[in-house]
This record gives sequence, C-alpha cells and structure tokens, in this order.
Amino acid sequence: MTQILRTLLASAVIAAVGVGVLAEGTDHFSAFTTETARRVEIRNHPVQLPNVTLETQTGTRIALAGLRGRWLVIDFIYARCPTLCLALGTDFSRLQTQLAGPIAQSKVTLLSISFDPGFDTPSELTSYLERSNSNGRGWLAARPTDATGLRQLIQRFGLTVIPDTFGGYTHNAAIYIVDPQGRLVDIADLGDPDRVVQMVLSRLQQ
Amino acid sequence: MKGFSWLWPINIAVILFSILLMPPVKHALEASMTAQMLVQIPLLVLVGWLLHSAVPERLQAIIARWNGYGITGMVLTVSAAAYWMLPRTLDAATSYTLVALAKYSLVPLLIGLPFSLSWPRMNFIVKGVFLLEFIATFFRLGWLYVSSPSRFCNNYLLGDQQRLGQYMLIIGCVLLVWIAYKLMFGRFVSD
Repeated sequence: MTQILRTLLASAVIAAVGVGVLAEGTDHFSAFTTETARRVEIRNHPVQLPNVTLETQTGTRIALAGLRGRWLVIDFIYARCPTLCLALGTDFSRLQTQLAGPIAQSKVTLLSISFDPGFDTPSELTSYLERSNSNGRGWLAARPTDATGLRQLIQRFGLTVIPDTFGGYTHNAAIYIVDPQGRLVDIADLGDPDRVVQMVLSRLQQ
Repeated sequence: MKGFSWLWPINIAVILFSILLMPPVKHALEASMTAQMLVQIPLLVLVGWLLHSAVPERLQAIIARWNGYGITGMVLTVSAAAYWMLPRTLDAATSYTLVALAKYSLVPLLIGLPFSLSWPRMNFIVKGVFLLEFIATFFRLGWLYVSSPSRFCNNYLLGDQQRLGQYMLIIGCVLLVWIAYKLMFGRFVSD
C-alpha cells in the first residue's frame, strides 16, 4: 500500500469517528448548546419536580406538589431584573389573557418563581405582578422559603444563574411547562407566547 | 548542555500545563468566554505542540507512513477542534470535573500534538487550505458571536460573547494581512 492510500484510509477512519463523536455530542446535530440539549432531554424524559415550599405574593405558603392536578406554566425571575424578566412578564401577561378560559376553570396556573428570595419579599413580588400588568387571576409569583428548595429548583429546572456586571443576574430565561402529575415536560423560548398557548391548549385537549 | 536541548520543549510543556491546571488560573481563565477560547484553549494546544519531541523517532516514522502531507493529522486536529469548540462542551467543561479532565488531556493530545507532527509535512497547498480555513473560522464565529442576540453558553454573559466576537474578527484580520503580506513579499518553504 502506498503512503497516499494509507493516508486516505487513516483520514477516512478518523473523519468517520470524528463525525460520530460530533453526532453523539450534539444529539444527532440537533443540540449545539447546553440550552437546546436540555430541551431535547426534557421532551424525551420528563423530570419530576421536587416538592418545594413557596411563599406567594400574598404571603401564603404553598407546596409545589399542592399545585398538581393542573397544568403549570412556570418562569424564573428576580423582581429587580431590568431586562429578560421584563420580557417574561410581558409574555406571561399575554398568556394570562389568552389562556383566560382554562385559567378560570383551574386547569392552568401561571407561576413566576423568584431565584432571589432574599430580596423578593411578598410586597416586591406583588409590585412585580403589577408592573407586568397581571389582571390578578391565575398568576402567582412566589419565592422558595429555604435555600435547599431554591437549590433543588435550580438543579431540576437546569437553570444557570450568574451575577452580571450591573449587580443583577443573567439567567437562561425560558418558559417551563409542567403537567398535572408535576413533571416538567417541555421548555419554550420567551418572546413567543402564542406558541406556549398552542402547546398548553393542545395538551389540554389530549 | 547539548544533550539536554531536546528536553526543553517538554519542560516548557510540563510547566505550562501545571500552571494551567492550578485552580486559581483555571478559574480565572474560565471566568470569561473570551479568556477560555482565546487564552486557555490555545495554550493547551501549545502544550500539545511542545510535546512532539517526546514522541520517539521510530514512532514518528510509523505515524509518518500513514500521514502523507500531514493530511491525516490535519483531519484529526480539525475534528477534535470542532468538538471542543461546541458551546455545549465549553459549558460542560466549566461545570463538570470529568469533562474538564477530558478537555485538559484531549485538547493537547488530539489538537496540538497531531498538528505539530503534521504541519512540517504539509506542502504549500495543504498549508494554504488549512490557513485560509483557519482564518475563515475566525470570521465566521466572530461574526456569529457579534451579531447573535442570544447566548450560546449558559455560563457566560452576552457582552462577553460579543467581545469575544470582536476579538475574533480582529485576529482574523491580522492573520489575513499577515498571510497576504507573506504571499506578496515573503517566501513559503514548501518542501
């Protein structure tokens, strides 16, 4: 065998292995970022949520498991947030309007969870809801009551929260869909509430 | 000191690798996307490059038989580089110890080392293809990072990603000017 044939052979083998590893590492070229990988994984294997105690904007304590039996649309916010959470607030206010029917029948509840519980007291959460134009129906804002609960939520939802240079946080903002059994079944991008409405309505009809 | 001269690249590789492995250095370089991609990973590649004198000459001769014009080595370098440039892998390498270990061993061994064994064997055309593709990658990724409104890595801020994009565009320009200068006024050694 000449050197050039050997080189061709070796290159072909290495290229094939390389493509295989890349395919494996990107879920068959569908997920190049951690965020998409997380979504692919959730759709294939829904994640059971931890039973965390939350304090809502009215100061009431509720258990996350106590909200089972209805679909939950969840986002993560912190009340001081100047950027992404504003977009999330706008999305949720539109969801609240468009899902008014199922919300009135207690089939769907919107839940904004704060990952900055030290700052986000019930009154901060109330003013967050007001700023986001909540009409007061079927949209809870809540904070975990202890650090363990917050850590469990961050881990199960696959959140990455990093402090930014302006004293706030940057986080992977998304909209999480939880089924009546308390399982995280889908993750949607923010900025497209119509799609979230579609996702929830089609599941309600199943 | 003649008998020791061949040891120097390996010594430098070991020292450099140990420095990169030190937790404060690792932490500092991985705190920003720019430092990880433009300092940490290139230095790990350099560690691999310096290791080539550690490969026994007999083994080098066997590898060379399968590495005509350095093409096989280049395919390996490019495949491994593509994998370690995935945003997912960068994120995972900062979050999980096992992936970090894999990065620290595989970036030198699968990118730097095969490249150092292959570059001297490449002729004018293979070198040209490699260099232009290398420069094009800086422009493609730089443009993507500057213009993308969303973050590719969950561990890094958008501003960091955009700054990395700007640096990559600048590096791409510098490399392009350098290669244009070489083409016009310089001399390529092709054998």
